[in-house]
Amino acid sequence: MNLATLPAWELHHAIDSLQAAHVRCIDDDQLEQWPELFTVDCLYQIIAQENAERGLPLATILCDSRGMLHDRVVSLRHANIYEKHQYRHLVSSAAVRSLTSDSVRVRSNYVVYRTRTNGVSEVFSCGRYDDLMVVADGVLRFREKIVTFDTNRIDSLLVTPL
Amino acid sequence: MNSTAPDPQPVSGWHAVAAGCAVPYATFTERAYYDAEQTRIFRGPTWSFVGLAAELAQPGDFKSTFIGEAPVIVTRDRDGVLHVLRNRCAHRGALVCRERRGHATRLQCVYHQWNYDLGGRLLGLPFRAGVGGQGGMPASFELPAHGLEKLKVASLHGLIFASFDPAVESLTDYLGPMVCASIARIFNRPLRVLGDQRQYMHGNWKLYCENTRDPYHASLLHLFHNTFGLYRASQTGACLMDSRHRHTMLYTQAATTRTELDQEIYRDVRSYDPTFKLHDASLLAGRPEFDDGITLVILSIFPNVVVQQIANTLAVRQIVTAGTDAFELVWTHFGYADDDLEMQRIRLKQANLIGPAGLISMEDGEAVEIVQRAVRQDQDKASYIAMGGGRIEDTPHLTTESAIVGFWAYYRSLLGIELAPATAT
Repeated sequence: MNLATLPAWELHHAIDSLQAAHVRCIDDDQLEQWPELFTVDCLYQIIAQENAERGLPLATILCDSRGMLHDRVVSLRHANIYEKHQYRHLVSSAAVRSLTSDSVRVRSNYVVYRTRTNGVSEVFSCGRYDDLMVVADGVLRFREKIVTFDTNRIDSLLVTPL
Repeated sequence: MNSTAPDPQPVSGWHAVAAGCAVPYATFTERAYYDAEQTRIFRGPTWSFVGLAAELAQPGDFKSTFIGEAPVIVTRDRDGVLHVLRNRCAHRGALVCRERRGHATRLQCVYHQWNYDLGGRLLGLPFRAGVGGQGGMPASFELPAHGLEKLKVASLHGLIFASFDPAVESLTDYLGPMVCASIARIFNRPLRVLGDQRQYMHGNWKLYCENTRDPYHASLLHLFHNTFGLYRASQTGACLMDSRHRHTMLYTQAATTRTELDQEIYRDVRSYDPTFKLHDASLLAGRPEFDDGITLVILSIFPNVVVQQIANTLAVRQIVTAGTDAFELVWTHFGYADDDLEMQRIRLKQANLIGPAGLISMEDGEAVEIVQRAVRQDQDKASYIAMGGGRIEDTPHLTTESAIVGFWAYYRSLLGIELAPATAT
């Protein structure tokens, strides 16, 4: 797959499909499959806009390998204690920022609604995704997913990835 | 005390118990308590944490924050002196500083453009002498009488504290030798701020004061510790307090490898699994950086800050109250200015363990909320706190709630609450 020579609609279909897989794994509670959407060496980071704009590096979640993503999932399944909740992601269409034969950088905006056991759905997080998608083993995967959230204040706790 | 405001008397219901203490649930839900706390604690004879000197590194730097619910501005003036000012224009009461932080040579209220210097002195205001001979301030008006309200400020090793009470004891007397030594240990050289996290918890702020004085829950609620061997009840640790038992330090020393003992201790506890392995153990890779072998410190300073060292993560957690049933916890993570790149990388990666998404600490939000949700009714009922025997004393172990008992005793003394004799309930 040469991304640079793909017709635009095909490139966007590939990008959308990976983003949709990300959303499906999280919102449909198939988290065990989620790390497979990333390359073995990867960067998944959730960082407050407040820190990003000050040039400060502190992230809320920082995983720099597929193994760390896996550990997050195992921890939330077996170790962490939190209230049952449901996410629904809404993700905007992706703007392509740069493109090579085997990688594409895209930016999109997201909103995540969270519904807790009281039945109230509320905006839990909104912000943007800066993704570096690469062709690995013939399929598109995340090499980087940087989640910069505008809602600097996290309500209660953040256990499920965004 | 700065208490010209009415001083509401909280509802009582406090009774002595044979050992330990019992906290009426109304303490967490009744507005009368909350209002009394704002007056007698946050505007009373206490020192509240407002920031790190490293956040205001340059002359002209400022940040806005809160003491209880009172908005304040922390500034560093052009001579490098730190000030804490009430964030309220002397004219008509508007917020003067609307940014979270920034850099300025003066502070200006947007409403009528009253100008203050970074020490809070009123420098000038538009139309003071009127316009075309009409209007203007009265002849009796004098600038020096209309500055921003100044709080008492003191800092210790780069931690900035402020007090509304001009007669408050000195900061070092307030903290006491144990807390001063604990601060000196962590804040031993210049810092580098790594960033903030804000966690909004739907519970009363005092539930978090209890939580951070409570080593009993650490290995029972936070199962990531157990699961990955970061904390075990078989570790050696201690609980220390100042002489007024308002502040507490909990600490543990280097982990044992006594797996058999751990299995015995945790036989009846859910989810203890020493065979649990991380796919990527780099999460826990760290460097010893203190000679004393202490790997965990939770230093709770009354009323509004916790200083923590968990492995190589260093942070302050500031409590900002938001009514009886919510507060914001502001985590400011830091390292040292002389950290090499690898050390900074370690701190940033271990930051996964703490904060609102912390693999270790996320459950504290849950703990605070499940109490708040359960105590909304039956206000005359009370909790029961006596693990370790219920006495207010330092302990060479962590199977204790003595620091929580100490916290409530000091709290009652500030609010003027007398215990009724024990009842036969």
